[in-house]
Amino acid sequence: MSYAKGLFCKECGRDYPIEPINVCDFCFGPLEVTYDYESIALNISRDKILKGPHSMWRYSDFLPVDTANAVDINAGFTPLIKSENMGKYLGLENLYFKNDSVNPSFSFKDRVVAVASTKAKEFGFDTLACASTGNLAGSVAAHAARSGMRSFVFIPADLEVGKIVGAAIYGTTLVAVDGSYDDVNRLCSELSDTYNWAFVNINMRPYYSEGSKTLGFEVSEQLGWKAPDNCIVPGASGSLFTKIWKGMNEFATAGLIDTPKTKMFIGQAEGCSPIISAYDANDFAIRPVKPDTIAKSLAIGNPADGYFALKVIEETHGGGYAVPEEDIADGIKDLAEMEGIFTEPAGGVVIATLKRLALTGQIKPEETTVAFITGNGYKTREVVEHVANPVLIKPTFASFEEAIGVRL
Amino acid sequence: MVKRRARFTFPTGLITEPVIFNLGRDFDVVTNIRRADVREDVGWVVLEIEGNEDEIDRGLAWVKSMGVRVDPVTGDVVDSI
Repeated sequence: MSYAKGLFCKECGRDYPIEPINVCDFCFGPLEVTYDYESIALNISRDKILKGPHSMWRYSDFLPVDTANAVDINAGFTPLIKSENMGKYLGLENLYFKNDSVNPSFSFKDRVVAVASTKAKEFGFDTLACASTGNLAGSVAAHAARSGMRSFVFIPADLEVGKIVGAAIYGTTLVAVDGSYDDVNRLCSELSDTYNWAFVNINMRPYYSEGSKTLGFEVSEQLGWKAPDNCIVPGASGSLFTKIWKGMNEFATAGLIDTPKTKMFIGQAEGCSPIISAYDANDFAIRPVKPDTIAKSLAIGNPADGYFALKVIEETHGGGYAVPEEDIADGIKDLAEMEGIFTEPAGGVVIATLKRLALTGQIKPEETTVAFITGNGYKTREVVEHVANPVLIKPTFASFEEAIGVRL
Repeated sequence: MVKRRARFTFPTGLITEPVIFNLGRDFDVVTNIRRADVREDVGWVVLEIEGNEDEIDRGLAWVKSMGVRVDPVTGDVVDSI
């Protein structure tokens, strides 16, 4: 059963019932789910979670859905991997990587879409929709296929077809909008007001975003029922960053872990870093930007949760870093070469941020640090194509030994 | 008649310009401000605009042409890879 009580406005505090709405009618602020935490605390235990499914649904008591009819493609409960080499290189004794790149559609989006699509079914929607050129599109299409719902994915018409095969394969309807990203943005907001569809990150957003809390839950459980000292999270809208913190605090409220004293660090790409710009200016006012970055999954120029992300940084005495564009591919390469994990540019941003924090002493050697790897590198191979430099040899032993001798 | 919600972000040079007043005066729309934060170097306003759909489009096109950024109140919803 769901312990969700209602929605409340994060700006003015007004209450709303559990409905497919995402914006306060009075002040147009964002809405968030509230829970009956007392009942959760009475019904939850470590033992109950341990006996749960090996997926994000083991934390269903904390999610705003009734999981009896969950749209389940087995998202979540991904590996938390202790660093073998990068930790030693950076002088960090307890470095971990939360590898969400191995989710069913290869990104953390499977968590949020699982909740959004389950709630959409509860509300009686028969259609899922989103505006996306990548991870979200694939996840929405996959969940729609699993649940038997229709799905629409809106993209700019000049997008390369190859980028969207990962969504098309599930049988979704691709709608190519003859316009810019801003046009797709505006159109989808308007369509969500008109059509009785579940736009996963618009009218379903309060429920959608709750799926990210499961990353905070999992990491706490996997570390032996304790929150880490540091979290390094990629920042796009800021939602993932705030929800990981929310998740760890909910675990503490339910008595499952001690009150977290985690420092939350956010990494953005320099070509789109409105949250970090505000942080560096010691200001809570987000100034929207026009994204110009290779980290396309972080290219949100007007982050919906930017202000709230800054509040989390302040509350946790964390920080952030805007990664120079030229360092992103190096971050991807370092993680692959040192740990055998191939991530996409958002992961490269996280690794570059991790390196910066370690080298500047903001992360202490003995602290437990978790770097969140949210997407899979096989989806963005073009960013690191330059690393493929085969050694050309003749089909002879001599040629091989000469070439490898040179290489060694 | 429709109502559309939007977030206007004003650059430094337009902070003191009566853009929203002029929008209501020069286009057949009614504006209704719900939240705002105006500082020396940047300002944003969350508002509702009511009118005929085409007229709202024309008005918003004019606001953008003035250099004001216009976004949905939800923030960016397009999600890239």
